[in-house]
Amino acid sequence: MDFGLSPEQEMLRDTVGRCLSEICPLDHVRSCLDAGSAVSDQVAAALHDIGLTGLMVPEAHGGLGMTLLDAAVAAEQLGRAVAPAPFLARSVLAPLALMLAGSEAQQDEWLPRIASGEVRFGVAIGGIVEERDGAKVRAGDGRLTGTALFALDLAGADHFIVADDSGRLHLLAATATGVERIALQTIDATRSVGELRLTGAPAEPLADDGGLAARRLRDAGRVLLAADSLGAGEVMIEKAVAYAGEREQFGRVIGSFQAVKHMCAEMAARHEPCRALVWYAAHAFDAVPEAAALVACHAKSLTGEVHRFVARTATEVHGGMGFTDLLGLHFWFKRIGFDRQVFGGPERVRFEAAQLQGLTATT
Amino acid sequence: MNLEYGPEYERFRAEVRDFLTRNGHRAPEPAQRAARPTAEAVVWQNLLLERGYTARTIPREYGGYGAAPNILEARIIAEEFVRASVPGGLSNQGISMLVPTLLELGTEEQKRRWIEPTLRGEIVWCQGYSEPGAGSDLASLRTSAREENGHFVINGQKIWTSTARQADMIFCLVRTETEAPKHAGISYLIFSMDLPGIEVRPLKTMTGHAEFNETFFTDVRVPVDQIVGQRGQGWFVANATLGHERGMLGDPDALESRLLALIRLMQEEQVGCARAIDNPVLRDRLVALQAEVAAMKYNGMRVLSNQLKGDPGGMAKLIVKLQSCELAHQISALAIDAMGELGILYGGSPREREGGNWQWNYMFQLGLIIGGGTAQIQKNIIAERGLNMPREPRLALDAAQSRKEVA
Repeated sequence: MDFGLSPEQEMLRDTVGRCLSEICPLDHVRSCLDAGSAVSDQVAAALHDIGLTGLMVPEAHGGLGMTLLDAAVAAEQLGRAVAPAPFLARSVLAPLALMLAGSEAQQDEWLPRIASGEVRFGVAIGGIVEERDGAKVRAGDGRLTGTALFALDLAGADHFIVADDSGRLHLLAATATGVERIALQTIDATRSVGELRLTGAPAEPLADDGGLAARRLRDAGRVLLAADSLGAGEVMIEKAVAYAGEREQFGRVIGSFQAVKHMCAEMAARHEPCRALVWYAAHAFDAVPEAAALVACHAKSLTGEVHRFVARTATEVHGGMGFTDLLGLHFWFKRIGFDRQVFGGPERVRFEAAQLQGLTATT
Repeated sequence: MNLEYGPEYERFRAEVRDFLTRNGHRAPEPAQRAARPTAEAVVWQNLLLERGYTARTIPREYGGYGAAPNILEARIIAEEFVRASVPGGLSNQGISMLVPTLLELGTEEQKRRWIEPTLRGEIVWCQGYSEPGAGSDLASLRTSAREENGHFVINGQKIWTSTARQADMIFCLVRTETEAPKHAGISYLIFSMDLPGIEVRPLKTMTGHAEFNETFFTDVRVPVDQIVGQRGQGWFVANATLGHERGMLGDPDALESRLLALIRLMQEEQVGCARAIDNPVLRDRLVALQAEVAAMKYNGMRVLSNQLKGDPGGMAKLIVKLQSCELAHQISALAIDAMGELGILYGGSPREREGGNWQWNYMFQLGLIIGGGTAQIQKNIIAERGLNMPREPRLALDAAQSRKEVA
C-alpha cells in the first residue's frame, strides 16, 4: 500500500521541474508572449529532450510507455512554470487517440513519429463536451465539413485529431484542402487554441467505437487540466506566503496579521486535498477504468472551484501589487481560469458526474 | 501508486470479515448520543477486546490485545466494520484520550489500575480542560489546586465536560504553581467524580439537548499521587492527548456515510412530482460535496501512506480537522435544504424525517467546528506550522511582562 508517487515519478517531477526552472523563468514567458507567441521553441525543445514528447507512446513504438499519472506529474510542473509549450494535445491526447482507436497500421504509422517529434498534433474534441455557436463537424465519404472549436495546441500543429458530431475521431492533415485554421485569443496567452473550419477536408477515420475513445480523451484531458491547475495554484499560494512574509505595514510583516494568515491557511486547506484527488483520478484512468470518468469529473470540478478561490485570494494577499503586471501573478491567475473552463466548467462537469451515477431524472 | 494491501493483509481482512459475518448480529444498535455503554455494548466490547478488534495495540497486561502497532491492520478493521455497518469498539474520551496519555506518561500503577476497566467500559471518564475564561487560550486556565496534607484541594469551574453526569472519573487540568509562567503552572490530575465538592450542571445547547455540562469544584480533595506526569508538566501531558482528539474529529469514513445518507434522502424526498435530487441546483451542490468528500478520502489515504513511511503527515494531516468538520456541516445543511419546508421539523414532530437527525447534526456539527480547536485556531496552526508564517506578536505575554516590571 502506497498512495503517492513512485520514486520514478518523483524523479520525473524533479527533472521536469528543474528543466523548466532553468529554461522557462517568468521573464522567458513574458518575452515569448510579448513576441506574440504562445509557444516557446526553446521550452518545447527542452521538454522534447527530456522525453516528454513520447511520454505516452508505447515503448514498442519508440516512446516511454508511461501512464496518465506520469503525464499528470509533468502537467503539474508545466502549470507551475506557466510554460508556453504544447503538451496536453500533442504529447498526451493525440497518442492516446491512436492507442485507443487507431488500427494497427495507423499506430505503426503515427505513434513513432509522434514520439520522435516528426509529426505534431493538435486535438479538437471540444464538441463532445458542449456544442457552442452551432459549431459541429460532420463526417462522410472520408471528408469532414463544419467547425471544430477549441483545437488545443494549435500553433505549430501539422495534424489534428478531430471528433465529429457522433463522437468518432478522425485524423486530419493541417495542409489538406478545405482546412482553415483560425487562432482564438484567450485569457491565457501561454496556451495556443483555435478553431478549424472544414469544408470537405479529406480525413482518415479512426475506429467507429460509439465515441468511446473521444470520451476517454475528454477524461484524460480533464485530469491533466486539473493537474495543471494544481501546479499553478500551488505556486500562487507559495508566492502569497512569501510576499506576506516580506511586506511590512503598520510596523509588522503582514503575514503576522491573522486576517492575512487565515487567507493563506484557507488556500492551503482547500488546495491540499486536491492533490490526492488529482493523483487518484490519474491513477484510476489506467488502473480503475470503471471509476475513471466520475473521478475525472470530481478532480476537474474541485480544482476549478478551489483554484479560482486560490487565484483571487493570492492576488488579494499581494494587495495592489498583485493587481499589476509587474509581479506577473496574473499569468497563473489566467492559467487557472483556462484550466477551469476547458473540457467543461464545474457546473457542466458536475452534471455529467450526476449522470454517470444515475442521479439525474430518468424521464 | 499501489492501493493493494498485499496478500498477508488480505488474509487478515478475510479474518475480520469472517468474524463480522459470524458475530455481527450480536453488536448493539449504534447509540449515537448515549454516554454510558449499555450492558449489551459492554458484552460486545469484551468480545472485540478478546479478538483484538479494538485496543489492538494496547499491551495485554493492561487489558489490550498486545499486537504490534500496524496502521494497515487498524485501517482494515475500520473499513470492514463500516462496510458491514457494525459498530466498532467503544469510542469515548477515556479510551481515545486518557488511555494513550497514561500509556505514554502514566506510572506503572496508574496503567494497571485504570486502563483495563476503561477499555472494558466499566469506567467512564470525562475531560476537564476548558473553562469559561480559558477556551482557545486553554493554558490561561484558573481552576486551582493547592497542596495540603498530602492532597490537592481543588477550586474552580470547568465547562464543556461532556459525559460528566455519567462519568465515574475525570482527567482534569488544574493550576498547581500560581507563580510559574502560565504553561508551566499546570498539572494533570485524575480523580473520582463522586468526591464531595463536585457539582455537575447540564449545559443545554442550541440543539435543545444538554450534550455538555458545567462542572464546579469546591474544596475537592484529591490525593497527590493522582497526578499524571510531574507537577507543572500538565500542559505537555495534555498536549499528548489533544492530538488524539483532533484525529478523532476527522474520519473520512464518517463523511462518506453521511454523504450516502444524504443521497438516499434526496432520492426519497418528493417535492411535487419530482424528487429533491431532480432539482438541478440541489443536485449540483450534492455533487460538489461529493467531490470534496472524495478528495478527503484520498487525502486520508495519502496521510496513511505517509505515516507508514514514518512521516507525521505534514500539511495533508494538518488540514483534516478544519476541512472535515466544515464538510460534515455542509452535508447536513444541504439535507435541510433538500427537505424544503419540512426542513424545519424537529423535536419529534409529526412528519419529521429521520428523527430530526439532520437538524440535530447541522447544529451539533457547528459545535464541532468550534470545539477541539476552533476553525480559527486550526487556521493559525495551518499557517504557522504548515506554511511557516510568522506568529502573532505575543501581546498578552508582553503586557504581563511589563506589569511585572512596573511592580
